[in-house]
Amino acid sequence: MELQKASFWGFKRENGRVGVRNHVIVLPVDDISNAAAEAVANNIKGVLALPHPYGRLQFGADLDLHFRTLIGTGANPNVAAVVVICIEEGWGKKVADGIRATGKPVAHFGIEQHGDHDTILRASKAAKEFVQWAGELRREERPLKDLWVSTKCGESDTTSGCGANPTVGNAFDKLYPHGVTMVFGETTELTGGEHLVAARCRNDEVRKKFQFMFDRYQEVVNRHKTSDLSESQPTKGNIEGGLTTIEEKALGNIQKIGRKCTVDGVLDKAEAPTGPGLWFMDSSSAAAEMVTLCAASGYTVHFFPTGQGNVIGNPILPVIKLCANPRTVRTMSEHVDVDVTGLLRKELTPDQAGDKLLECMFRTANGRLTAAEALGHREFVLTRLYESA
Amino acid sequence: MIHFVVHEEGDGVGVVVVEGVKKGQDLVGWIMEDDKEVKITAQSDIPIGHKLALKDYKPGDTVIKYGVDIGKVVAPIKRGEHTHVQNLKTKRW
Repeated sequence: MELQKASFWGFKRENGRVGVRNHVIVLPVDDISNAAAEAVANNIKGVLALPHPYGRLQFGADLDLHFRTLIGTGANPNVAAVVVICIEEGWGKKVADGIRATGKPVAHFGIEQHGDHDTILRASKAAKEFVQWAGELRREERPLKDLWVSTKCGESDTTSGCGANPTVGNAFDKLYPHGVTMVFGETTELTGGEHLVAARCRNDEVRKKFQFMFDRYQEVVNRHKTSDLSESQPTKGNIEGGLTTIEEKALGNIQKIGRKCTVDGVLDKAEAPTGPGLWFMDSSSAAAEMVTLCAASGYTVHFFPTGQGNVIGNPILPVIKLCANPRTVRTMSEHVDVDVTGLLRKELTPDQAGDKLLECMFRTANGRLTAAEALGHREFVLTRLYESA
Repeated sequence: MIHFVVHEEGDGVGVVVVEGVKKGQDLVGWIMEDDKEVKITAQSDIPIGHKLALKDYKPGDTVIKYGVDIGKVVAPIKRGEHTHVQNLKTKRW
């Protein structure tokens, strides 16, 4: 596929970033604000609430990650405007101010001293203004480099490693020279192949940071494990699909970063990259957690290879599913955006499969709903580092 | 017709990519990296996505896939036999 002059139609935001969706979201800062947030989304059509179970009595690095994830989600260019609701106004303002730095419209409301009724009324008025305003925003033609692409695989099996994941790798290798910003992660799921990722790091500084993140996660596993993690990593579904060990799963996973791109930098969870290229983000390998972190880092399109058929989506980040397992494509076709089963029959070359994925990427960026979006998959799952106080 | 694929020459296992492979069935494999063919007779029923051994293994042996160590053998495996959690384990964790 010729990508030299490739472009897509996106929404240019106030800070120069370009989104491929135009969501107006209601973001609760904590679990007890979910009811009000969902009531606002019920009142005002075209507004999306993002309920979640956390935000109370978190502290330290875990609290920092909570704020970083919420602010990053609101700041994502796939979001046009944000209504923030919090039990008390102070933390609501903190999250709202973080999102306001992008220049996009944000309103925030505290429930205390108002109650749900008054909060829902005030927030609904703001949401109505935002959704009507956002409806008049128009897509414009933007160069390929304005697209940020993330990847994470799920319910992998052995066909992921020989079909769907190398397809992402082929696409990443093609996108990389054009200044696209990309990310992969799943720290524990590199176990057994971490030396291959380390060898791909741009320089010793990046390599050292990667190794630090990798070792830090291994310590978490070693501190809490009660077994060799069989049925957790690899998952029961992975094992059903034929994957036996974490090493085998990791080597399949690593196929997603292709053969040519360099790992240019390392991010902590939900941190935003500072330039184009391929980034590694320390993250859980649980699908919804990882994809939520990608959205919070600012990524606007996601490649999700699956073997056994993970059905995940995200509220604001379009998740493109690709699959090389003929049984999964036959039994779960409504979840699959790109069928690459031909790879395993020698009917499709890796180059053709990569192009097929890129074609779907452009159509998705231009506005075509992914299977997960059409099916209403909106998994928004915040990563926790430890217990609340 | 391709029944199983092998990532590269030297790998000790292949991945079944068709449904319904039965014990005694003659299988054709495709070594993807080298675009070569390999033939083998299945010694077990093997579900799609599951692995078969391309050589005999004894406990303690290392299994190579993608040219890299994917774990240790914990029960004897015959060439053509189903290779999975019953005879292969991680060396980590």
